[in-house]
Amino acid sequence: MNLIGILAGVFARPDLWAGTLRFATPLTLAALGGVISERSGVVNIAMEGMMLVGAFFAVLAAAATGNVLVATLVSVACGGLIASVHGVASIQFRANQIVSGMAINLLALGLTSFLLFHFYSLSGTPPNIPALPDITLPVISTMPFVGKVIGTMNIATWLALLAVPVTWWFLFRTTLGLRIRAVGEHPRAADTLGVNVFQMRYLCVILSGLLSGLGGAYLALGVAHSFTDNMTSGAGFIALAAMIFGKWHPVGAFLACLLFGFGSSLGINLQGSGTGIPDQLISATPYILTVIALAGLVGRSTAPAADGTPYEVGE
Amino acid sequence: MAGHASRINTVPSAPPALVTSTRLRETVAPAAGSTPKLAMRGIVKYFGSLLANDHVDLTVVPGDIHAVVGENGAGKTTLMNILYGLIHPDEGEIVIDGQLVHIRGPRDAIAAGVGMVHQHFQLVRVMTVAENVVLGQEPGTIQLDMRRAVNDVRTLVERFGLVVEPTARIDTLPVGLQQRVEILKILYRGSNLLVFDEPTAVLTPQETDELFEILRGLVAGGKTIILITHKLNEVMAVSQQVTVLRQGRVEGVLETARTSPPEIARLMVGREVLLRVERDAPHLGEVSLELRGVQAHSDRGLPALEDVRLQVRSGEILGIAGVSGNGQLELAEVVAGLRHMTGGQVLIGGRDVTTETPAERRAHGLAYIPEDRRVDGLVLPFPVRDNLILGSQERAPFRRGWQLDNQAISQRADDLIERFDIRPPRRDALASALSGGNQQKVVVARELADQPKVLVAAEPSRGLDVGATEFIHQQLVAQRDEGLAILLISSELDEIFSLSDTIAVIYRGRILEVMPSASADRERVGLLMAGGMAEEALPTAAQIAAAAAEAARAAGAGARGESGKGGA
Repeated sequence: MNLIGILAGVFARPDLWAGTLRFATPLTLAALGGVISERSGVVNIAMEGMMLVGAFFAVLAAAATGNVLVATLVSVACGGLIASVHGVASIQFRANQIVSGMAINLLALGLTSFLLFHFYSLSGTPPNIPALPDITLPVISTMPFVGKVIGTMNIATWLALLAVPVTWWFLFRTTLGLRIRAVGEHPRAADTLGVNVFQMRYLCVILSGLLSGLGGAYLALGVAHSFTDNMTSGAGFIALAAMIFGKWHPVGAFLACLLFGFGSSLGINLQGSGTGIPDQLISATPYILTVIALAGLVGRSTAPAADGTPYEVGE
Repeated sequence: MAGHASRINTVPSAPPALVTSTRLRETVAPAAGSTPKLAMRGIVKYFGSLLANDHVDLTVVPGDIHAVVGENGAGKTTLMNILYGLIHPDEGEIVIDGQLVHIRGPRDAIAAGVGMVHQHFQLVRVMTVAENVVLGQEPGTIQLDMRRAVNDVRTLVERFGLVVEPTARIDTLPVGLQQRVEILKILYRGSNLLVFDEPTAVLTPQETDELFEILRGLVAGGKTIILITHKLNEVMAVSQQVTVLRQGRVEGVLETARTSPPEIARLMVGREVLLRVERDAPHLGEVSLELRGVQAHSDRGLPALEDVRLQVRSGEILGIAGVSGNGQLELAEVVAGLRHMTGGQVLIGGRDVTTETPAERRAHGLAYIPEDRRVDGLVLPFPVRDNLILGSQERAPFRRGWQLDNQAISQRADDLIERFDIRPPRRDALASALSGGNQQKVVVARELADQPKVLVAAEPSRGLDVGATEFIHQQLVAQRDEGLAILLISSELDEIFSLSDTIAVIYRGRILEVMPSASADRERVGLLMAGGMAEEALPTAAQIAAAAAEAARAAGAGARGESGKGGA
């Protein structure tokens, strides 16, 4: 069979497209968080660490309480908590935001690894922890192709899809959004008009942590149903790439996440399909796309003017 | 606009021509018999041991344009920052409309009706006019009511004739219109005491005239204005009263109609000042700098210079007049060797230096005073000593083998510090700790130290006060008399006219005309700077009125009879 025939066959599989949405879910949540944080002027490369912490505490809380809602809330809260560390470092103490973000990523990796061993030693996280439920749409699920793609999706996927327009509305149609964007572009101008720069930035960094935490909860309770060491495996960085690729815009970031999700899904669906392309190369697709996006081959995208610049009062 | 009639009514009837600060309280404050709009009394502010404001009194009559003048460091910015709540005074009180107020921050100032148009615009460039205006006090509870925001701004535009399109993005607007947005911002907050901090620093002569029309319109609309400036012609043109500050103290409160620029200057500086630079006829020598068909691109890759042909002779000052952003920066950099040329030649002393590096050009007698001394002129974290030999560090006597010769460097530094009166006179002081005027002296001292043949001086007096400007100008003229060829680039028309032997006007990267300054006409130069055609200049007062009337019609149903005021 020729390559085009195989690809046509793969493209006709509903699994490819359902997988795209599945893979895009945690990316979208984290990327939207990144958009919010950076629009307020705080560079956030710590989504990876926030997701990882969220994922671990989701499993821990799920095992402890048996309640998936509680587990998710704990996970979201932990994401917010670790984000506030980034906030204190980069807003209050005006640390280098890249360094602070990287420190949080390393801290999260070490912390979750340590806690995993501490609580579960070598046996791994318990089986039978409650999972984030799937939601099946009554009519659409019975439709031929579409039904198999979006008829039954995890609740977190629905939330991610909902979060895209909500984030857009929040940033571009609300009074708070106007202030956030002003603070990210020209904090002094906002300050002279009585807008509290620090408050806006804390709010946005913490919001990004909440969203990343939810992304982590989905990875642990919606996909893997367990926690393993470094289970995010770069999803936070792919989300970062998607945010830049999407030009710091919620819809753009979402489309970029879909593209990366598609890359992952394509990799899975091509495995063993006889294309002759090594599986490893196919699995690397999303990472290759990430490098291309970050190298700026997709055209210049402009960050908010004050992104990454700590704000100092007076002068 | 209807500014003049109502303005005259508000001028106090029998004001003293000059009162010294000690007599100020009895004489000026109650003169009009009405409550002053603003009375700042006995303001004292220390920064460490430095006394920035020493019992400063400022009384502003309602409906006046009150100028506050003084040299850099005289305390005017401190005083205004106290009024705006950015700084807290150690002593003194602020009374607005007869009410004692406590201003703890900008929010309190805004609430008390004080608005400030900052010298450096505080605008979010990627947002629209309306978004910038309503920021912080947006209409709508959670969701932003953009339609109302645009309408509110439009109403203000009509009322005060500040014609600007509310839906335009800031980065598409020229500087003059951006300033109108700043004014709209404070009007939107209901301010009736408007502080303008050096508002004309970034404007063309035409834009400045427009601004003065706007100021008069605001006064006609019931506002009171404080104008901070060090340009005496502006004081004379628009203000009714002047408060002069020097070294933190009020030197005098003057009635504009009864004073003169030399009198104000004397109070500002504390001695007689030459407002006109004295210079003799030039003794022209050989052509020292020549540009032949020079072309170059801007940072954004667009053509910035097109076929520029200029000659500067030894002993001549050639002034480039133009609105900033018309290729002056590129012109200076091309000569200095800092910008790649896409065509043409540069000759120094008859020698083609087109392909030479900046260091090679310096070695052949080029000196360069860059436009932004803080970025391109100095290494701010370095001491004065090192800044004074930058560019010469590779050669004797400052270099000995692989090392710097610290003794030679210090000797040169002490020498220049004395010759150019750099203060504080300490070679180890960090450049960042110097005042703007002294920083500029460091740059000028370094560039003139080795008897260059050609000097490119870009905005040499930008941000400097009267005293420092006078010093720099004297230096330039003295060097010209010694035979230096000076290419002077300035957006201050006054500076061009008072220093230049020859004037060239630049517009969109082209030299439109070169003329001897003796026969140059200000009006004509101003017109050429704006492109030579009236349509390309900013709208005139008549056009503003017409546009306001137009906007009023467009606003339609909501607009009541009041809109006629903007169009009147």
